[in-house]
Amino acid sequence: MSGNSKSIRTPAAKVLYLGSARSGTRHAWRMRATSMALIPLTIGFVWLLITTVGKDHGVVRATLGHPFASILLLLFIPASVYHMMLGMQTIIEDYVHSEHVKSFALLANMFFSAVIGVACVYAILRLSFV
Amino acid sequence: MTTDQGQSRGAARPLSPHLQVYRFALTMAMSIAHRITGVGLYVGTILLAWWLVAAASDASSFATASAFMGSAFGRLILFGFTWALFHHMLGGVRHFIWDLGYGMDHPEREYLAQGTLAGGLILTLLVWFLAYVVR
Repeated sequence: MSGNSKSIRTPAAKVLYLGSARSGTRHAWRMRATSMALIPLTIGFVWLLITTVGKDHGVVRATLGHPFASILLLLFIPASVYHMMLGMQTIIEDYVHSEHVKSFALLANMFFSAVIGVACVYAILRLSFV
Repeated sequence: MTTDQGQSRGAARPLSPHLQVYRFALTMAMSIAHRITGVGLYVGTILLAWWLVAAASDASSFATASAFMGSAFGRLILFGFTWALFHHMLGGVRHFIWDLGYGMDHPEREYLAQGTLAGGLILTLLVWFLAYVVR
């Protein structure tokens, strides 16, 4: 045995890089921060949906392009996308045990979230400024 | 040590009892429902992105997206999405209550689970009622 004699980690675990990545607190805190932000933002988003779903194109463009609606959506989308990315990361880490599949799934999670986030934000900006 | 290292990963060790040994409780159903609704909302963002991008594109793209959302199947998905949104949101509030140190004991946790379930359904019905009235 070498190193810190107080450690309860086995030598095998050390050389295999098993153990804490020291990112858990940050993850948990960001999950809570985004979920707190999402409560009022979701209520605003649902209200926006109620007033726009089923309306014709011009009305939807005008409603979503209004500064209040656009700012609400520009806050709602990144908070949601980051929140859902963290949540899916937890699910993947809980259920996917093969290292290769897990790495791929975690990357796919990030790519999916980025695509959704960028697509929504781009669409909102285009509705606001074009 | 050298022999132990090779065996440590594949060794068949006893596992702690899992789902099959527990009596059904509403709190456990709410726990997995929180995760499932989260996954549902994750996938549902595809629809949101489609709707927003279509609105920002031309009239025919928006007509296609609008027709899908307005169809019976589309409305069913949107209804489920609304429910998942509210259920997950109230589930999050429940987690905040726990984070503050309240509601973990016997009657309270049952009330919170029932409240999450009922509240999610009530808010969903209310929003759909409002959507039809406002329209």
